[in-house]
Amino acid sequence: MFRTIRHRDGSAMTGGCDQIGGRIGMWLFLYTEIILFGGLFVLYAAYFHEYPRAFAEYGKELDRVIGAVNTVLLLVSSFTVAASLTALRQGMRRLCLGLLAVSFCCGTIFLVNKYFEWGHKFAMGLYPSSPALAGAPPGKNIFFGLYYVITGLHGLHVLIGMTLLAISFVLVQRRRATADRYAILENSGLYWHLVDLIWIFVFPLFYLIL
Amino acid sequence: MDSGEQHLSSYATLALVLVALLVLTGITVAVSYVDLGRFNVPLTLAIASTKVSLVLLYFMHLRYEGRAIRVSFIGTICFLAIMIGFTFWDVAFR
Repeated sequence: MFRTIRHRDGSAMTGGCDQIGGRIGMWLFLYTEIILFGGLFVLYAAYFHEYPRAFAEYGKELDRVIGAVNTVLLLVSSFTVAASLTALRQGMRRLCLGLLAVSFCCGTIFLVNKYFEWGHKFAMGLYPSSPALAGAPPGKNIFFGLYYVITGLHGLHVLIGMTLLAISFVLVQRRRATADRYAILENSGLYWHLVDLIWIFVFPLFYLIL
Repeated sequence: MDSGEQHLSSYATLALVLVALLVLTGITVAVSYVDLGRFNVPLTLAIASTKVSLVLLYFMHLRYEGRAIRVSFIGTICFLAIMIGFTFWDVAFR
């Protein structure tokens, strides 16, 4: 694992981890995620064009306050993840662990909010292929269908991101991720930021349309 | 960067970006209560794009990355634009 690569000019690269290569690999994966959600946003755009009034009407049924709170949670957690990388690289291990714990908590609160939000909609009979939606005008069925698919897939990504943050936390704690070897934290961070990016578009598209 | 050493972001820069993101979130929520007719959707998307750019450039360090990641990222966005643009074009002018 710890090879020393010697260049022709005599300079040496130690550590054996190709940092640029690691980042490029992570970004390639993130591109596939961008296209995945991009496809869903195309679907949204096409149906929004077809049923603009229905989308505006049912968008108002979603709770803007919970949506805004969840946006703030994800933005703050993105900041703490970015700051935790700085902390780790400066050798401030405890601060790094604290910041990661805060990020993890933000993700948990986000999912708890989503649970209550979905639960409330389920109680109103608005869930995929429910009798209330099956008999509703097509715009309503499509709006809530897209809502569940996109926020559901995003929620799954939040869960995966939290798992990656937890793994990074353990590795930092066990000193397997250090100021010199921080690729796992950096790439988990990139994934977490991507989750944030997607939510930045989901929030106005579903909660804030007039 | 050729060294492979990643840029180290200062806490101050990151905090400043967070404040900007929170302010933009406030603006986009406030704007959603005002009926601007046909300008609501473009304005909302413009604000969201600004927020996304901030996250990409500073939190995800895209600003400090080398050419490989920058070019491939722009390529992905171009592909996404074609995918969304052409599909929507077909739907809108059918």
